[in-house]
Amino acid sequence: MSDFPRWKYALVVLAMLFGIVYALPNAFAPLKAVQVSANKGSAPIDDALRQKVADALAKDHIAAGVVAQGDHLLATFANADLQKSGADAIGALLGDSYTVAFKLQSTVPRWLTAIHANSMPLGLDLQGGVHFLMQVDQSGVLDKLENSYADDIRGQLRQKDIRYESVARSTVAGQGIVVVLRSAADRSGAADLIATSSPDLAVTDGPSTGDRYVLYAAIKPTKLRDLSLGTIKQNLATLRNRINALGVSEPVIQQQGEDHIVVELAGVQDPAAAKRLIGATATLEYRPGIGYPGDPRAIEAAQSGSIPPDANLYYTSNGHVPVLVGKRAIVTGDQLVDASSGIDQSNGTPSVNVTLNASGAAKMQEFTNANVGKPMAVLLINTVYETSTVNGKEVRTPQIKTEVINDATIQSPFGKVFSTNGLGSPKEASDLALLLKSGALAAPMDIVEQYVIGPSLGQENIKKGFDAVMLGLLLVLACAAVYYKLFGLVADIALFFNLLILVAVMSMIGVTLTMPGIAGIVLTLGMAIDANVLICERVREELRNGSTPHAAIHAGYDKAWATILDANVTHLIAALALMTMGTGAIRGFGVTLGIGILTSMFTSVVMTHAFTALIHGRRKLKTLSV
Amino acid sequence: MEIFNHNSNIHFLRIRVFSIAVAIVLMVASIALIATKGLNYGLDFTGGVSLVVDYAQPVQTGDVRDALAKGGLEDLVVQSVGGSREVSIRMQPTKEMLDAKGQVDLDKVASTVMQPLKAARADATLKSRSSVSAEVGAELKSDGMVAAVFVILGIMAYLWIRFERRFAIAAVLTEIHDTLVTLGVLALVQREFDMTVLASVLAVIGYSINDKVVVFDRIRELFRLARKAEPEEILNRSINSTLSRTIITSLFTGITMAALFFYGGPAVHNFAITMLIGIVVGTLSSIFVASPILLWLGVSKKDLMPVTKENPELARRP
Repeated sequence: MSDFPRWKYALVVLAMLFGIVYALPNAFAPLKAVQVSANKGSAPIDDALRQKVADALAKDHIAAGVVAQGDHLLATFANADLQKSGADAIGALLGDSYTVAFKLQSTVPRWLTAIHANSMPLGLDLQGGVHFLMQVDQSGVLDKLENSYADDIRGQLRQKDIRYESVARSTVAGQGIVVVLRSAADRSGAADLIATSSPDLAVTDGPSTGDRYVLYAAIKPTKLRDLSLGTIKQNLATLRNRINALGVSEPVIQQQGEDHIVVELAGVQDPAAAKRLIGATATLEYRPGIGYPGDPRAIEAAQSGSIPPDANLYYTSNGHVPVLVGKRAIVTGDQLVDASSGIDQSNGTPSVNVTLNASGAAKMQEFTNANVGKPMAVLLINTVYETSTVNGKEVRTPQIKTEVINDATIQSPFGKVFSTNGLGSPKEASDLALLLKSGALAAPMDIVEQYVIGPSLGQENIKKGFDAVMLGLLLVLACAAVYYKLFGLVADIALFFNLLILVAVMSMIGVTLTMPGIAGIVLTLGMAIDANVLICERVREELRNGSTPHAAIHAGYDKAWATILDANVTHLIAALALMTMGTGAIRGFGVTLGIGILTSMFTSVVMTHAFTALIHGRRKLKTLSV
Repeated sequence: MEIFNHNSNIHFLRIRVFSIAVAIVLMVASIALIATKGLNYGLDFTGGVSLVVDYAQPVQTGDVRDALAKGGLEDLVVQSVGGSREVSIRMQPTKEMLDAKGQVDLDKVASTVMQPLKAARADATLKSRSSVSAEVGAELKSDGMVAAVFVILGIMAYLWIRFERRFAIAAVLTEIHDTLVTLGVLALVQREFDMTVLASVLAVIGYSINDKVVVFDRIRELFRLARKAEPEEILNRSINSTLSRTIITSLFTGITMAALFFYGGPAVHNFAITMLIGIVVGTLSSIFVASPILLWLGVSKKDLMPVTKENPELARRP
């Protein structure tokens, strides 16, 4: 065909190159590995440690390659079973000073990763691991907030001398706080007072009987939505922190739907360990500071080990600097109502605003009145239960990790609301706010779905999935070539490249490959050939109607195009619906199908047209092989 | 090579009363089956715990059930997956499987189930275990319904804009038929209905609409080309001239799904079967159901002519 534009040839060549290069990384199977990194305060990774690990593995007859890579050690294994026993052996050897984590070590050559060509991450069903779906229970957070507002309202009414009978949370969910007053005048006064002092509360009059005048103060829906978003976000952050401590490489921790969180840990086979970590508790304490982080007294105490009797020595989470703090807590996490980051009005530095409840406020006021100009530290105390084997029996011991997450000077006395300013960056401020909340406001989570997939099942699935894709492809290729001859062969080349480009696009946007995703690939292969069937049938029809070969090709592509477009758009609508489904497995299938429809429209129409034009060219043709 | 005679002119529309009657009977039967027998919902929908157990030697599901009954575990579903050496066991969690807080503990699930199995057959090994709460399943069901309605309405809107109202209605009615009959067959054979089957049913909707659109496209084209447009004649010719494509594409897609069924393993078994059922139903309805509905809705040439701007010059002429 003479009228096939040159730029389309260029486009086809580019697409083919793109498909080859970006699908290529998936041909390099990742190695099963175990990564060892040093915990804070432990001896760094060096060659002696490498030798120790290698010897221990050799002693247990576990074949492995052990190399030191920068700040961590990597042991690679031939299969998942060896990896598991290897990790156990290394864990037993090194103990708590090092983190031992499962890892899939990529073997993609550097020149490919340099152009961002990476292999598709594998889903849990293809590599084994544990999966949790957790529901976040937000009622506790709401309880706390409403109680704090009730405290506030009581205080304000007392201050303004408005007499009230009671201020309590309603027993009916969603009604908020019920204030019972003695007169209509008191009620309108109270309503004005609450509306001006707490803009987040919506105030409505309730029924009035005799001398009981009821006023409802409910938290506004916008504030509730913020609260719910915040709770999820902060639970995600907390989980991320804790799971990083578990040392799993590339954990999946995502929000799903409105109040669910998915956690997927590849390679982990023991759900109990992960569950303990997820169920760990964190608390927060404000304590008087004795000196500042890194001052001479603290450094001396850290070096000599002689700590003053009235102090504890802790380290800052940020930079591991020693600091001495008092032993008595001023305020604890359960007294904290809210923490949010922002910009300080007075000096323009990033800051964190903290709100305490009434009892916390009173204690804080008392302490700060007497200690202006002195430091105050914030401690985050994480309790994780760790299991160790002693004399063949599992023993659970609580592991308490205390860190100083902030240390600041008290500039003036404060109580209920105060802010910590002068933080390094807005990021630091929001991190601190999240940490404060994780120690105080974490909403409890229930595990509503969990599964463990053995590593052998994962390997089996990969093999079966690969076989099914290859067999499906080969069958379609053979049938198309037999039925449509030369045009069938051209369609075959396009179908093969469709598979490559589909895999390339999926790898590039980082779609996680799962079994439903593989089913989507196979289905795409079967349906992609449809466009070629349409074209070939049209070309045959045109030939039968007496068109010349060139005219038949031209008319075939032209007339089939409208049909192909309509058929694919309707199909794409179905794929979109699958993508919008919240659940991971169906979504993966929908994404694959959607990308497959788009790539197949290109390969089946543009690419085959280019090949057909190239083969038939300007030559005079008597017949077509279709 | 050609399998189908390109000059075929089978009068599909002559039997339209019969074919529509069959379609209606199938739909009613499907609804009755879904209502009475119900779909065999899998763990994803019902909630509960499930385990996959592997045996070194072939095993009968009846023996597994007996072994579990001896261990005091009853009221459970045992199915063989992927051959005779692997079974899946599904049940609601018993008291022994809960931890102190009343949540399902997968380790306890494993020990409770594997103990009686190991006692009966030493070659039983645990391959995977999972637990899903009932709320998650209920959510999935409603999500699936929403997605199906979204697909059908979306397709209807597109066809309404690209074609015409009657095409949209005919397509959607046939779609509903295809979905119901596919679900009906699943209810009849009591295949497990899990998350992948839900995905497959939604994909069937996508596949079968594809088929209908190709026929509709030809109908539109022939109407526009024909000078004397007798609807029945045009519709029949459209079905005949797209017949070869309809069947070839179904075969191609069917081949790949068969490959998936035989080689893809238990994880995608139900997916492939559902898709195969859907392909058969969708192909038949494209030939026998969609066009009769279109004919009854009264499609005509003038509805399909491209909208041309009225020429005021022409209108003024006598």
